[in-house]
Amino acid sequence: MTALLLIEQTLNGLQLGVMLFLMAAGLTLVFGIMNMINLAHGSLYMVGAYCAALFLEWTGSFVLAALLALPATLLVGLVVEIVVLRTLYERDHLDQVLATFGLILFFNEAVHLVGGAEALYLDLPTFLKGQVEIIPGSPYPLYRLVVIAVGLAVALGLYLLVTRTRTGMLIRAGASNRAMLSALGVNVRLLFTAVFGLGAMLAGLGGVMAGPTVSVQSGMGENVLILAFVVIVIGGIGSIRGAFVAALLIGLIDTMGRAFMADIMGLVMSHAAAQTAGPTVASMLIYLLMAGVLFFRPQGLFPPRGR
Amino acid sequence: MSEILLRAEGITKRYGGILACDGVNIELRAGETHAVIGPNGAGKTTLLAQLGGEITPDVGRIHLGERDVTGLRAPERAALGLGRSFQITSVFREFTALQNVALAVQAHDGHSFRFWRKARTDAALVEPARAMLDRLGLAGRAAVPAALLSHGEQRQLELAMALATKPRVLLLDEPMAGMGASDSERMTRLLTTLKRESALLLVEHDMDAVFALADRITVMTYGRVIATGTPAEIRANQTVRDAYLGTDEAA
Repeated sequence: MTALLLIEQTLNGLQLGVMLFLMAAGLTLVFGIMNMINLAHGSLYMVGAYCAALFLEWTGSFVLAALLALPATLLVGLVVEIVVLRTLYERDHLDQVLATFGLILFFNEAVHLVGGAEALYLDLPTFLKGQVEIIPGSPYPLYRLVVIAVGLAVALGLYLLVTRTRTGMLIRAGASNRAMLSALGVNVRLLFTAVFGLGAMLAGLGGVMAGPTVSVQSGMGENVLILAFVVIVIGGIGSIRGAFVAALLIGLIDTMGRAFMADIMGLVMSHAAAQTAGPTVASMLIYLLMAGVLFFRPQGLFPPRGR
Repeated sequence: MSEILLRAEGITKRYGGILACDGVNIELRAGETHAVIGPNGAGKTTLLAQLGGEITPDVGRIHLGERDVTGLRAPERAALGLGRSFQITSVFREFTALQNVALAVQAHDGHSFRFWRKARTDAALVEPARAMLDRLGLAGRAAVPAALLSHGEQRQLELAMALATKPRVLLLDEPMAGMGASDSERMTRLLTTLKRESALLLVEHDMDAVFALADRITVMTYGRVIATGTPAEIRANQTVRDAYLGTDEAA
């Protein structure tokens, strides 16, 4: 029984992990290459989810809606980069935080205007609604498995892009030493616009995939944004590999903590006290991990070397 | 007189109350090695950053060949044949020596848009990179991550990267910085061999290297140029001796 629960929670943790990775991948590259704090990254996640919900209303097809939502989020990301963020690269972090916080407010209101005040729901098509018995007798939602598979596939694709291709070489070099890359003749701004667009699209994909499991509403990006920041701090700012490892770590620890912390604490204290304290401690676990990493390895688990 | 490849006219850069560069004129001719010397804080690195395009002068114009490049940023100037090395060693530490140079080769012919090509095995990148390492005496170190190279080797690698972009003009910010005597001599010999392909503008504190290498020397103090001339002229210049060289050092 416990083993089954453990497997199920591991899968849930993986699912949260890959979702966080989709968010963190873009965030870590933006922070790593341009030294830019973009609080509005969660808004792109929300934009992805909203686009999917609206396109679903228009087209009636979930798959089509999801496929349309990606280029739409890419487009929104490029516009945000060109219109707003470009003016902020040379400014200090406080200015960047203020301006991108403004973007959060802007996007939260904008989705109200476009999507209405009510939360939207993304209905799964029937072929994704089923349950799968990975272990006989223990059905698990098919859609969650699809999310894990898509997340891992994107992570693999991104890994190959970053480590094996010419573009990836430039991205890594940019994260390591922007001035030198510029001096060699690489248009780092253009490279960065492309990277930002890619990051926006990944955040949008996260939003699209989260859509059916949460309510699509204004402000939905904020929670996941905070988790994504925790991920990139733990993983090492600018590192895709770090983001991947940290995202899975956070996903698993958070999920496991919520599922088992009360029981674990029940071993050393009264049942009633454990039931009260367990969930509270569980929600602190990832921040404790972050504090620990910051204390022992302030540069994160996989810092891009060279800085 | 040979063609002027790089010319700065009256460039001025102010940081708050400090004039880092005050109406600096400097020119670099084809085939020439031109050294900029001066005490710390004289504005040499600020001058180089303006020539390289990292910062824009408040006043004054910069020409690369016939072209006014004052408004162009670093990558655009690089595309026009301006190479650059930095005071702080700026190799990509997690890449191998070969990858570092391959990246520079790629940056130079980066308009081919073969973004998805495999970077590691691409002969169009790897072969010129190998040749360049060979030339700078780093052939045996090609597979070593740059972070593990000695300081002198890292400076050589940085030079290899700058050269891989085939610059007509090469700006070098203290190429001998932090080097011991033997590395420094080696670098001096290396720079001598570059003369034919690139004009060199270098900022350097190592006076032995400067007087060995330079065809002309410009002396800066407090953001201003106080003298420009051949090494012999600079050595004999009383203002320079008073301001900077002193009597023993120049000898």
